[in-house]
Amino acid sequence: MKKYSALLVLLVGLALIAKSLLPDRPKTDFDLAAFGRLPVVVNGRVKPLDTVARTSLVVFQSSQRITAPDGTTLTPDEWLLDVLFRGSRADAYQHFEINHPDLLAIFGLTPEDGRNQRRFSFRQLEPKIAELQRQSALAGPVDAAVRTPFQKAVVQLYANVGLYFRLKGSLVAPDHKDFLAELMTFQSSVTAGVTAVRAKQAKQPHDEALAARMMESGARFARMDELAYLLAVPPAEGEANTPGWKKAGESLLESFQTGQIAPAVMVYAGLARTWNAGQAKEFNELIRLYHSQLEKKFPTSLTKCAAEARFNAAEPFYTASILYVLAFLIAVISWLVWPAELGRAAFWLVGLAWLLATAGILARMWLEGRPPVTNLYSSALFVGWIAVGFCLALEYFYRNAIGSVAAGLVGFATLLIAHHLSLGGDTLEMMRAVLDSNFWLATHVVTVTAGYGATFLAGFLALIYIVRGLFTASLDKPTADALSRMIYGIVCFATLFSLVGTILGGIWADQSWGRFWGWDPKENGALMIVIWNALILHARWGGITHQRGIAALAVFGNIVTAWSWFGVNMLGIGLHSYGFMDSAFWWLIGFAASQLVFIALACLPLSAWRSFRPAT
Amino acid sequence: MNDVTRQFRDFFVSLKLTVVLLALSLILVFAATLDQVHLGIWGVQEKYFQTFFVLARFGDFPVPVFPGGYFIGGLLLLNLVAAHLYRLKLEWRKAGIQLTHAGLIILLVGELLTGLWQEDFQMAIKEGESKDYSESFRLYELVLVDTTDPKFDDIVAIPDTKLAKSAVVQHPKLPFRVVTTAYFPNAALARRDPASPAVPIASQGIGPGVAVTPLPITYKMNETNVPAAVVELIGAEGSLGTWLVSPDLAAPQTLTHGGRTWRIALRIARAYKPFALELLKVTHEIYVGTDLPKNFSSRIKLTTPDGRDDREVLIYMNNPLRYGGYTFYQYQMDSARGLTVLQVVRNPSWLLPYIACIMMTVGLILQFSLSLRAFIAKRRATPSPVAA
Repeated sequence: MKKYSALLVLLVGLALIAKSLLPDRPKTDFDLAAFGRLPVVVNGRVKPLDTVARTSLVVFQSSQRITAPDGTTLTPDEWLLDVLFRGSRADAYQHFEINHPDLLAIFGLTPEDGRNQRRFSFRQLEPKIAELQRQSALAGPVDAAVRTPFQKAVVQLYANVGLYFRLKGSLVAPDHKDFLAELMTFQSSVTAGVTAVRAKQAKQPHDEALAARMMESGARFARMDELAYLLAVPPAEGEANTPGWKKAGESLLESFQTGQIAPAVMVYAGLARTWNAGQAKEFNELIRLYHSQLEKKFPTSLTKCAAEARFNAAEPFYTASILYVLAFLIAVISWLVWPAELGRAAFWLVGLAWLLATAGILARMWLEGRPPVTNLYSSALFVGWIAVGFCLALEYFYRNAIGSVAAGLVGFATLLIAHHLSLGGDTLEMMRAVLDSNFWLATHVVTVTAGYGATFLAGFLALIYIVRGLFTASLDKPTADALSRMIYGIVCFATLFSLVGTILGGIWADQSWGRFWGWDPKENGALMIVIWNALILHARWGGITHQRGIAALAVFGNIVTAWSWFGVNMLGIGLHSYGFMDSAFWWLIGFAASQLVFIALACLPLSAWRSFRPAT
Repeated sequence: MNDVTRQFRDFFVSLKLTVVLLALSLILVFAATLDQVHLGIWGVQEKYFQTFFVLARFGDFPVPVFPGGYFIGGLLLLNLVAAHLYRLKLEWRKAGIQLTHAGLIILLVGELLTGLWQEDFQMAIKEGESKDYSESFRLYELVLVDTTDPKFDDIVAIPDTKLAKSAVVQHPKLPFRVVTTAYFPNAALARRDPASPAVPIASQGIGPGVAVTPLPITYKMNETNVPAAVVELIGAEGSLGTWLVSPDLAAPQTLTHGGRTWRIALRIARAYKPFALELLKVTHEIYVGTDLPKNFSSRIKLTTPDGRDDREVLIYMNNPLRYGGYTFYQYQMDSARGLTVLQVVRNPSWLLPYIACIMMTVGLILQFSLSLRAFIAKRRATPSPVAA
């Protein structure tokens, strides 16, 4: 057992990954996975409906897990199908998260009325939607940065209900009975109908009933065009023309001129009918036909959409975070028993989790066609990746499980941060104009983010030094020296990356804004990391501080980095304020306070350190 | 060398000084970042960085409370240069560190030169329009345009800094002196109530009909200061009267003296160029189904009066035009009105950060690879310790 523990742990890790990669056994005859792979355009990007389903759910209720009122669990794709095509059922799904008690009071609801005490259905909100609209109109003009929590909750919920309506009107008319039948009638009469409407406008004899029907169809399609969230109708030219994707409503309005309804619109109307009627065979066949039709002009989009849907289902970062926790626990235990065997087990597990994260990041890069860091979410992934990469190197050289403990901590922490950042919606975003430069994203952004990762790692290693030295007797001289050298080495890398990254940022700014340095908050934040790392190095070289002092300084590096990474975004000013977020403010304060406590602990006299206390 | 000199030297070459200065600069940068919420980016630069001391006002007295950017930066530079001269040893082992610090010196000097030499202007052009001058972001000038000859204008421009100092300007082209009797760095203009008992602010032109309310100087990014001034023109025979000038006064004010006619105005300071840019077309691309901007680009025709240059260029995000010592960046755009705003920068020292970047990167990589190699060699030599 002891001898094979490392192998055993590795196998458990592999089994976890394998399980995440295997597709779930479908509980229905409908080919939901094939539906989830269908491409649409949202926020300027071609993405599978599966991504739309998951990101909408996350935006609505901070979670992809949804259960129907009867208690059955729905997959995100099933949920989306009901929202898109079977509004009567979706209206009863409790997927609107409301946490603010005053907002619940507006609807006359209590937490007990909701799923998990906080999620409510459209039907529950419906009677007071007008009031929500009024409250939103009151809160809307208030600057986003100074809204009260209630106003924020109102604006958020109103936007979510709006998105729900937009989804419902994306592919079929919101109040349709059988949209396919409606379209077929329309198709057969559109030419005559347009003639009748023209004649009516010219005050000439015409078929009054037909003209009226045409006008009504026009109004319905215009409403869909106005509402729709998805651009579901692909351009005739193929995938070179992403701007050519259209809303179903827009395409239908065009059919007044062309006399033809776009095949995609008919397909979705057909899916609506077969989904409502429970005709799984016809549903699957429609998707198959549509898919083979798309294959001719959209081969790359289809491949990417299929891969993205797989990626969504596999949730590699979730599995990696579990592996990091396991590795952390095993590594800590290895300090107590079986150091060699468990140390190796933890090392392998960290390596496995890191490979999984690497695969995840590479997949995202391929899907997006971008370097690894494009927004705050991907920066969190990358900070963790680079820090764990360093940990693996450290562990390879030192074999004292310190690298694995740090890897488990940093790896899990960054993935947790990434998870919270992902609650805002789709994390594969399009880059706004000035950022649309793969060269600078690949150089400046990657190096600066690597600098964050290395600075954090130095700080976490210092935390291990302080905790082990102060509270346990396990930090003997060789280990303390080794740990101190690790901190120093990582600070060296942190200096390299943050300095080079910051200067590259200056050069990018010189290229796009006409000045190398402008004292913008994000620039200042990066500069502070450079200054702090340089300070640690000079303090060590000058012999001003020694092991404990360096550890304390490195912990302060955590605060500086957290400030630069998130803090400056909360100021809501400057050229970099596109990464704005405010909800994490108190987490940042709490983190900084906790680090200050550790620094204070590090300053305790030697006699308080259990590891360094003179033997009695 | 006596003791005092040695102490002096030891102080300036010490690493302790470096560490203290680095710590001070960290605090300075942090405070400046926080204060940007109130002061804006320009205000912060003046208060924290382009100064020897950060001043706080206690009542009406400015009191230095913290060393400013010039102070810390200057000392750091001194410390850096002194330490290097003092410890200069040409060794392979030290090459990385020396290269890094030499790069840092170039970077700091480059920033100093940029601060001294860089000129920042903007150029707003409408589609079909051609311009041979750029305009300042924040500076204004008083112009006296001699329009007597219909074939050309003869312009005398006086920078607003001169007006602010109430300097008396006597220019050989003007048969009168220009005396600033009042200057407001930021002011709001309104129609003056003719029944008001207050004395009109100026006697000539539009001045008697306008009331001026001085405003505090704003540092906000999205607000601009609109100055106003009252100038008196004094000829050989005495005063010609006083004029109120402000960029907010759109209607031209003219005066005639000794058979010549001038237009007088306070306008955004201009810098004329020996070439002209004509805006052919602006393009504002967005991502489909969103209002997220994908790209802004301006197609420009560049011409020189001598006809040597006559070509089309495309300026877009991250792709400026460098020409004649100037760099033209895509800055703002109003595609609905067919208007583009280019930022025009002249910075003779623009290459220095690029050189510094290369030197510091190479230096650090060299230094750390040497350390890493030594470390790995040492690890190989000693047996790996058992985990504690």
